[in-house]
Amino acid sequence: MYGRKVKLRFLFVLLILVTLILSVFLILKSLEDNVVFFQSPSEIKILPELDRKKIRVGGMVKVDSIFVEAKKVKFIITDFKNEINVTYSGVIPNLFSEGKGVVAEGYLKDRNFFLATKILAKHDENYMPPEVKAALEEK
Amino acid sequence: MASSIGLYSLFFGLSSSFLIIFFSIRNFKNLNIFDNKIISLTFLQLLFVIISFIGLILSFVNSDFSNETVYNHSHTTKPLFYKISGTWGNHEGSLLLWLLVLTLFIFIFLITSKQQNKQYRILTLLFQQIIIIGFFIFIIKTSNPFNYIFPVPIEGLGLNPILQDPALAIHPPILYLGYVGSSIIFSSTLAATTLKYISKEWAKHIKQWVLISWIFLTLGILLGSIWAYYELGWGGFWFWDPVENVSLMPWLALTTLLHCILVLEKRLTLTSWVVVLSISTFTLSMSGTFLVRSGILNSVHTFANDPDRGLFILIFLFCLIFLALFIFFFFHKVQVKDLNNFHWLSKETSILINNWFMMYFLTVVLIGTIYPIFLEVISSEKISVGPPFYNKLIIPFLIPFLLAMAIGPKLKWIKSDLQNKLNLILFLVVSILLSAFIVRMLNINFLLNTILVSSAFYLFFVTSVDFLTKKFKNLSQNIAHFGFSLFVLSILFNNIFSTEIITNLKIGETFKTEKFEINFQNIEKNKEQNFVSIIGKFSVENLDGNSTIMEPELRIYNQPNIVTSEADIKTNIFEDKFMTMNIVQNQEYFNIRYQTKPFMIWIWISVLLISFGGLKSLFIKRYEK
Repeated sequence: MYGRKVKLRFLFVLLILVTLILSVFLILKSLEDNVVFFQSPSEIKILPELDRKKIRVGGMVKVDSIFVEAKKVKFIITDFKNEINVTYSGVIPNLFSEGKGVVAEGYLKDRNFFLATKILAKHDENYMPPEVKAALEEK
Repeated sequence: MASSIGLYSLFFGLSSSFLIIFFSIRNFKNLNIFDNKIISLTFLQLLFVIISFIGLILSFVNSDFSNETVYNHSHTTKPLFYKISGTWGNHEGSLLLWLLVLTLFIFIFLITSKQQNKQYRILTLLFQQIIIIGFFIFIIKTSNPFNYIFPVPIEGLGLNPILQDPALAIHPPILYLGYVGSSIIFSSTLAATTLKYISKEWAKHIKQWVLISWIFLTLGILLGSIWAYYELGWGGFWFWDPVENVSLMPWLALTTLLHCILVLEKRLTLTSWVVVLSISTFTLSMSGTFLVRSGILNSVHTFANDPDRGLFILIFLFCLIFLALFIFFFFHKVQVKDLNNFHWLSKETSILINNWFMMYFLTVVLIGTIYPIFLEVISSEKISVGPPFYNKLIIPFLIPFLLAMAIGPKLKWIKSDLQNKLNLILFLVVSILLSAFIVRMLNINFLLNTILVSSAFYLFFVTSVDFLTKKFKNLSQNIAHFGFSLFVLSILFNNIFSTEIITNLKIGETFKTEKFEINFQNIEKNKEQNFVSIIGKFSVENLDGNSTIMEPELRIYNQPNIVTSEADIKTNIFEDKFMTMNIVQNQEYFNIRYQTKPFMIWIWISVLLISFGGLKSLFIKRYEK
């Protein structure tokens, strides 16, 4: 009924649409699985239930709280309202120090203990992660 | 002194923009004679910007702290080399560099495009001047590099030490050459669309600009990655961080454009697609600058910055996009010939397949980068998107992409048959067997890894056999595709075979694993020009008694007071040994990270090969003329 060319072009458009829908679906699906949420110690305290997913905790490293052992580093993240104990084994970034901002990524053991798998490095000693700034301003 | 000359010449540069526009419009109606005043004025504008840039460099070299930019980013004890590179190591200076490249490129465009249509040249110049004026105003209004401060401070605040590095000194200029090169593509595409000048000749001429920006962008990204690898101390070279992603996005668009331009040059189809890609490449480059500088991105590479600037670039960007879309919809006519009259098995199809995958990769990176910003605006939920997201979405689609990359170049235009089918199938079988053999020895997901490795091997074999038998149709393409297969292979093996140990050690302690032991022997302190260096001495002994001395370094900079770790990397053609050390405040323990990274150097070499392919193509075209 329709010419070969029209049919071909119809197929072409259909193919584009299908790939488009498929890729958008795929992307949104894996966004759901792989997104990491950011929380402050205060937000963790009032969590209705503990999530098993990976999260990020940000705040300040409490002064005199860093304790280094052979296998791990322990410290306390505080937002000056609440605090959380962190245990970490891994690379410690250069700008990690007491009284400075920090963002740790990992899993919650309970509302007071956090098992960090990564501490995020920042490049600038005056730089404060926007999340930390916001969390500190809220208090 | 140098500062005020710099500032005045910025104003002169801006005024010459208006003169250029005036003379161009007056000359536009005249079809034959190109007013030479325009070229002189463009040169004059370039000269003003160069003077302004030199003014800033001199202020940095003389440590003139009455200049706010110098005060914020320099220090008297900084080595001369980093005083100079500090010029573009900050926001204001890097924008001045943008502007410098913008004016330089349009001048080069004007003097090298003499065979082209006169109206087209003038219109390109006009569009480029719109961008240039935008940048002039942006610099003068929101990020003036020549702000005066009084009273004059005695000492500057210093440059962030991790930027005091040779690779990072040349990384921004090279990356910007790539970014800004896309502005010429943008302007000339708009001009060609308006004048309905899009033709095979135009494609041939603009292809050089696409190649130039593509080569610089590739090298710029490479330099950034190498820097991240040895300076950030994580042993990785790509973190899927937003700041990295914004340089990858224009690269993906530009690579797609490069392939489409070839179709346009040979077959005069896909014109609308080329226009859309040119616009997107430049838009992505601009938004790259915007996203990095505005501070909306939450990135590990973020430096302190100012949100007001973002707003200006955003408005400017929207105006440009609006202008581009307006021209595209009202002036662009699809030529009658512009139909999809090619067979399913042809070079056109294979390039279209390439485009589909490239666009898919681009969408993934785009969504991963902007979705967190978007979500924060609508729900104030703060999130980040990590590497698993990209790995999951991109890696499986590399398989058909690699296969198409191997077979595509073998096809002919319009309609084609596959020659040497037997050989191609043979290669496939060999690649699958070889990969299955390698993957089987390891404890990883068998199916996915085998398929992935075999498709990379397949491209590797097909392209390298073409080298040996000299049967390639296009040498530069073959080099670039071969480079890409090497790139994927080295990354895969690098990921599969890497080993890592992270531990905390005191001086004199030894750390043992089944494979090797690390002995922390001593530390040594030295005083350098603007930092104190602490070098740790470690001996790493393998089971077979082979021992290597690793000497990672810590640098404690004086101004600003920052500690950086300099990794010690022992490179050979098979693997890199990588060690970093760090101190944790007031503790006896040092934090040690030791990694072995196979085929690391091949990742860099393969990217060099890829860009060399582009370089070859650029010079062959020149030669033929």
